[in-house]
Amino acid sequence: MRTLRFLLRKEYRQIVRDRMMLAQILIMPVIQLLLLANAATFEVTRARLYTVDLDHTVTSRALIDRLVSSGRFELAGSSASMALADAAMLDRRAGVIARIPRDFERDLMRVDAAPVQLILDAKDGAAAAVTRSYANAIVTDYAAELGAARAGGEALALGAPAVAMPHVEVRSRAWYNPELDYQDYMVPGILVELITIAGTLLTAVNITREKEIGTLDQLNVTPVTRAQFIAGKLIPLWSIALIEFGVGLAVAAVVFHVPMRGSVALVVGVAAVYLVAALGIGLWVSTIAGTQQQAMFITFFLMLIYLLMSGLFTPLRSMPAWAQWIAHLNPVMYFVRIMRDVLMKGAGPSDIAPDVGILIVYGAVVFTLAVRQYAKRSA
Amino acid sequence: MTQPPNDEPAIRVHELTRRFGSFTAVRAISFEVARGEVFGFLGANGAGKTTAIKMLTGLLLPTSGDARVAGFDVYRETESIRRHIGYMSQRFSLYEDLTVRENIEFYGGIYGLSDERIATRSTELIEGLGLREARNTLVASIPLGWKQKLAFSVAVIHDPAVVFLDEPTSGVDPITRRQFWEMIYTAAARGITVFVTTHYMDEAEYCDRVSIMVDGGIAALGTPSELKRQYGVGAIDDVFVRLARPAA
Amino acid sequence: MMRASDTSRRGPLVAFMVKEVQHILRDRQTLTILILMPLLQVLLFGYALRTDIQDIRVAVVDPSPDYATLAFRNRLGATDRFRIVDVLPDASRLETLFRRNEADVGVELAPRFGTRLARGEPAGIQLIADASDPNGGTTMAAYVNAVIDDFAAQMGASRGAVHIALDTRMRFNPTLASVNLFVPGLIALVITLVSALMTAISLSREKERGTLESLLVSPLRPWQIIVGKVLPYLALGLTIVLLVLAAAWVVFRVPFRGSLALLLGEALLYTLVSLALGVLIAARTSSQRSAMLGALVGTMMPNALLSGMIFPIASMPAWLRLVTYIVPARWFIVIARGVMLEGVGVANLWVETAVLVLMTVVLLVAAVRSFDARLA
Repeated sequence: MRTLRFLLRKEYRQIVRDRMMLAQILIMPVIQLLLLANAATFEVTRARLYTVDLDHTVTSRALIDRLVSSGRFELAGSSASMALADAAMLDRRAGVIARIPRDFERDLMRVDAAPVQLILDAKDGAAAAVTRSYANAIVTDYAAELGAARAGGEALALGAPAVAMPHVEVRSRAWYNPELDYQDYMVPGILVELITIAGTLLTAVNITREKEIGTLDQLNVTPVTRAQFIAGKLIPLWSIALIEFGVGLAVAAVVFHVPMRGSVALVVGVAAVYLVAALGIGLWVSTIAGTQQQAMFITFFLMLIYLLMSGLFTPLRSMPAWAQWIAHLNPVMYFVRIMRDVLMKGAGPSDIAPDVGILIVYGAVVFTLAVRQYAKRSA
Repeated sequence: MTQPPNDEPAIRVHELTRRFGSFTAVRAISFEVARGEVFGFLGANGAGKTTAIKMLTGLLLPTSGDARVAGFDVYRETESIRRHIGYMSQRFSLYEDLTVRENIEFYGGIYGLSDERIATRSTELIEGLGLREARNTLVASIPLGWKQKLAFSVAVIHDPAVVFLDEPTSGVDPITRRQFWEMIYTAAARGITVFVTTHYMDEAEYCDRVSIMVDGGIAALGTPSELKRQYGVGAIDDVFVRLARPAA
Repeated sequence: MMRASDTSRRGPLVAFMVKEVQHILRDRQTLTILILMPLLQVLLFGYALRTDIQDIRVAVVDPSPDYATLAFRNRLGATDRFRIVDVLPDASRLETLFRRNEADVGVELAPRFGTRLARGEPAGIQLIADASDPNGGTTMAAYVNAVIDDFAAQMGASRGAVHIALDTRMRFNPTLASVNLFVPGLIALVITLVSALMTAISLSREKERGTLESLLVSPLRPWQIIVGKVLPYLALGLTIVLLVLAAAWVVFRVPFRGSLALLLGEALLYTLVSLALGVLIAARTSSQRSAMLGALVGTMMPNALLSGMIFPIASMPAWLRLVTYIVPARWFIVIARGVMLEGVGVANLWVETAVLVLMTVVLLVAAVRSFDARLA
């Protein structure tokens, strides 16, 4: 263990003197977090609406008014010509076209039903789907309003209490994120991404650099054992990544007001476990990379797959079954889930226990494999 | 001084071979190096020198043959070998971003020297090399010649039985090279066996004995004078050329 | 008659480029990754990454099961979109289910639901969506609402007497495939990776090793060195882009409604911008590692985050939207999407093209100048 002490001392000294690494540890995460948290939102802000109102009645105008005043739509133009609407869409001036046909109000009066056409620029399919949901909700509410007014009015007109019709009353609640703030959802995940990349990349590049320079060979002929060397490398890097995580959490709480409904200590503890797996992967990468550039590229390649298949950017539940199965082999997935569950839903140790268990197993397996792979003999 | 337990030579090699697929890098070489000897291991680039050294230092397993270093077997006792040898590689492998003193402390520590011993050796080394002014300077900032001498000192900080030097004087002026060789002699006088590879043929003259590797095998082995007499030439350089020619 | 200066210019440049190409081809690891990475991304985005929500897990709170509630539950469970994971007598366990990530939506039916319906009293349904993912929450709620509508109709109940039928059409991308949106961004990413990142690293590695100096004392002029370095990477980048396009088209029928020539032309332009950036970074940094870092921060990060490739620019706060104007990838992606998904021509894209041209000129001049200055 004495050897380990000397190894650690050397590593920490080198780290402190390495200005680039210090910048990377302290400044980069903060910048990235600030940028990412602001950029990484799929929140659909106001869609630019172009209306083609062929009815020009109180009802049709009221519908348009409902759409615009909901805050989800912004009026980008209106005319009586679909050709103009089309041009607006091609020019990217409008993202949604609402076409209200002639006889809209009349049909509603007479047969209680009328169509409205909605054309969405669906290049961004996800956003279009969300916009469609919003439009649906607004239109449905408006129809219900019309119906209620009608029922009330009829009752008054007939001078008799309204016939008791069976009806369903629905109330909607959005739990954990009533403001529908995308940042609350994304920032915990982004934090995971940051320390994953930082931890894995730092480890891979750092060890590969020693290989490239030759200091690795020098250590290989000393009494330093495999285990000692790896511990000497990984412990400092692990502590750095954990510090980054702490800094990131602080920024998340203070700058982005991300809810911290669960225990912060719990999250940090899980991060500590998770990083073992992340760094293990970095170690493994360093065994197959010959140069720093290769280490970087391989790490990116792996991180890409990990991050895309983690439910961070796209919902896990939308993936086809086989992809979800793969995702269940991905430690990032578990950590992201834990972060969201603990911070947004206030989950406790018993709630996340199975996921944490899996992370522990993963860390142990990855680490063991990486260590084994790391041959002391430079062939 | 850590020495092999009995009266064994410092290095004993017998029919040592290393193959990489169909290519034989080292073919059945055999030689012995006595304690305290300064042994020059010469050969052209690609002749198999580096591979041989890697096998002797435990970095590479031989394909066949035997070798014992500092009394330990290269197949089964590599951990012990590592404790009893020193190594200075071509690229010096001092940590450029650590100071002179920190480098000394580090290597002292991982070779298992006690804190007191580290302090003692550290002072010895620093004073001996005249690096007192520079002891807190980053290695990156000190001149090449001093780096070499420091690297050598660090390689023998734990008084190993054998020290392996892989092209230690590359790129340095002749004066510094002489000083370096004086350090080698001092170490040998202390009983440390020095196994040095070089392609400066004049340095071959400084060794007690030399071997010349050609195409993976040892083509010549003996003291510089013996070899010069054997081939009827005036300098080791010419011995080397004579040997290398047929292979060319 | 050929002049001596002619031969001295053509010969070394070609030899230099040949060496660069050999260098690239020999680094099998990097090459494999450069090709596999984007192809894998295309596959992932085409097959695995979706945003439409399937298999919504519903927990139903049914305090007094009766014919009506059973009918409702059946309706819910009948579709593929929903899966009833639990039926609870009261709402106390609902929160635990959410916290453990075992349910996505909770539907709470009022007590004596069927009786109330029959008597014309309001029969309440409380819909609780896990809105941690705001978009997911909204969408799931919409789907449940649709089921409730159907149920109400089946029961002869109303949700209102009036029905406005919303007929929606998704234009340019009827299947809402995310891959369509993504492929243009992927092309930009590949170009940035090869042209900016790799060039920067390669140049700075030569600088570090000292081989750059020997190049400089050769007959090659500085601009020739740059061209010689850069041309192989340009070719490599465009090759990978073509591969990606081919893969996207073959596997996913990603539409290509516009002119391939136009896209390649614009891709070439964007490549020049990236190359200039790469050279600039290499000239300004002192080690391979700092070049790597600089290239990462200066090109890859903005490319991935601020170009609209993954995260829609329209969703960003105003100040960030301003920042995206200086990200070259942002302009290229608009162009690429326009050409591929809408089939528009240069007339619609002249603004973006002009911006790219401007950036190319500015950056190239800066790059050559700082390169010269370094060595003067």
